[in-house]
Amino acid sequence: MTLARTYAETQDLRLTDTSLRDGSHHKRHRFTAEETRSIVSALDGAGVPVIEVTHGDGLGGSSFNYGFSRTPEQELIALAAQTATTARIAVLMLPGVGITDDIAIAQDNGASICRIATHCTEADVAVQHFGFARDRGLETVGFLMMAHSQPPEVLAKQARIMVDAGCQCVYVVDSAGALVLEQVSDRVAAIVAEVGREAQVGFHGHENLGVGVANSVAAARAGAVQIDGSARRFGAGAGNTPLEAFVGVCDKLGITTGVDFFAIADAAEDVVRPAMPEECLLDRSALVMGYAGVYSSFLKHAARQAERYGVGEAELLVRAGQRKLVGGQEDQLIDIALELQREAGCSGADRRH
Amino acid sequence: MNERKQTAAIVGTGNIGTDLLYKLSRSRWIEPTWMVGIDPTSEGLRRAADLGVATGTAGVDGLLDRDELPDLVFEATSAAVHRDNAARYAEAGIRAIDLTPAAVGPYVVPPVNLGEHRDAPNLNLITCGGQATIPMVYAVSRIVDVDYAEIVASVASVSAGPGTRANIDEFTRTTGTGIERIGGARRGKAIIVLNPAEPPMIMRDTVFCSLPPEADTDAIGESITRMAADIAEYVPGYRLLSEPQFEEPSEATGGMARVAIFVEVAGAGDFLPSYSGNLDIMTAAAVRVGEELARVQTGLQDKERVS
Repeated sequence: MTLARTYAETQDLRLTDTSLRDGSHHKRHRFTAEETRSIVSALDGAGVPVIEVTHGDGLGGSSFNYGFSRTPEQELIALAAQTATTARIAVLMLPGVGITDDIAIAQDNGASICRIATHCTEADVAVQHFGFARDRGLETVGFLMMAHSQPPEVLAKQARIMVDAGCQCVYVVDSAGALVLEQVSDRVAAIVAEVGREAQVGFHGHENLGVGVANSVAAARAGAVQIDGSARRFGAGAGNTPLEAFVGVCDKLGITTGVDFFAIADAAEDVVRPAMPEECLLDRSALVMGYAGVYSSFLKHAARQAERYGVGEAELLVRAGQRKLVGGQEDQLIDIALELQREAGCSGADRRH
Repeated sequence: MNERKQTAAIVGTGNIGTDLLYKLSRSRWIEPTWMVGIDPTSEGLRRAADLGVATGTAGVDGLLDRDELPDLVFEATSAAVHRDNAARYAEAGIRAIDLTPAAVGPYVVPPVNLGEHRDAPNLNLITCGGQATIPMVYAVSRIVDVDYAEIVASVASVSAGPGTRANIDEFTRTTGTGIERIGGARRGKAIIVLNPAEPPMIMRDTVFCSLPPEADTDAIGESITRMAADIAEYVPGYRLLSEPQFEEPSEATGGMARVAIFVEVAGAGDFLPSYSGNLDIMTAAAVRVGEELARVQTGLQDKERVS
């Protein structure tokens, strides 16, 4: 089939695998050098053109708030760059967490694509980082996170800010896995209409409502030419769009990706799965996140605080949605757990009297 | 007591400058006599004129050309502007309290190290996140060694101005340095998150400090509570949201024992809306610093007159 817009003449879409970045949340940031090397090698062998490697919360994310990296991310980036033969290495950075120095170090370590993420109403905090990355000759991608929380026209305006700052591809990022079909295509189309040929548009999906693949097809049909996924869904929440399934679907639809279906299926099964602590599941908590629009990376943190304070994990996530928390506010999950604990204490006391 | 208050000029007529104007108007020790900017249509200048404060639109030139100079100047412009102005204030013998991240003078956090810099010609207030969190890092580090401290500042989008947005790296770097230099942590890290929720969220800060084994948690908890009370003296909306949370070392904490401190900073609502605790704590700290300098100065003048 033909798409309105394609990545290149010979390739309809460019895929980015984010197992080694979004998967870092599921892995609680415990990747080893060996796991990184073997995953990069397998994905590269399958023809995946871009592999993202960073702490889950971006450069500089290793912290009390988000979890400490077992292996310094810059070591993993360097290793990935040395391992890949054709794939390019991308890194993620969130202004407010990482700084431009981190971008420079990542580039020295072999990264060539810099993906800069902001909450989808705050694009102007990334202006200095886009400028810095472009000045250094890096390819740039802009992430408008939690894209479900704003209507298409707001996203289009924010995309304009990023493009004017030097962003070469603006992604609709469904961080909460809360978008469904037309909600994706409407947002992609609005950004395509705004930026025209000045920049590309991309889509990053999560599986919290089980529609990552379908959403990605909808995005491509609306003009997105870069699509994210993770082999075996290895990502936050219920995981990302399963890249091997998306490649298979594209094959059936006649959309070219340049990725070999059987090779990526093997990589997902034989190499990526063994590095995962467990499968990424569409369980109640993940489903609640998609339904209530909660940042997928909160999942493991909510599980930990729920256990520590003896409160309900799903309840904690719902309240995070009610408080309209955005990516980065993991610390507030502890405050919510304390609040739920206090409330439970009160009602417990009431029952006793 | 000497009846003459110290005179002050506010340079910069935006939100911060205007909020400062209201706070200084109530001061026992300082009289805001000038407010200068470059935009004749600014709301801040209009409000200053309404309060009977002299205004000027020729920037710092107009201020320094006058015969009678202020004792103090509060810089509420930008780091670049203050870097240009700082030497001129010093030459004119005017002491500067700098609310920009220029960091020409030493970092000051009132409840921690104001006493050390009473004689400095120029004092810098770091960042809003720094004013809200560095005292808490210090409250822990005055009891035990803190190898690593990390702060997360969550701020309502509408109260993060264009200066902060254009150079958010400056916030993280400067605050991180302040956590080390003034907070007393061996290594410091700062994270800032902007949240666009409506109605706007009140500023929240979380402070994590690593703890050595066998730390006296009672003493640390008491020190934190005492510090919160000290800050609330000049920032009435500053409060602990919960008891400090102590945690044993685990994989999730990077193998370190830690304490987590949760803080909310509501503004006084002088000019800025109360959710802008991040801006209020800057202007409140600036007034605190200015009053301390004024008090010392007035005391000296009294002595001189007596002798």
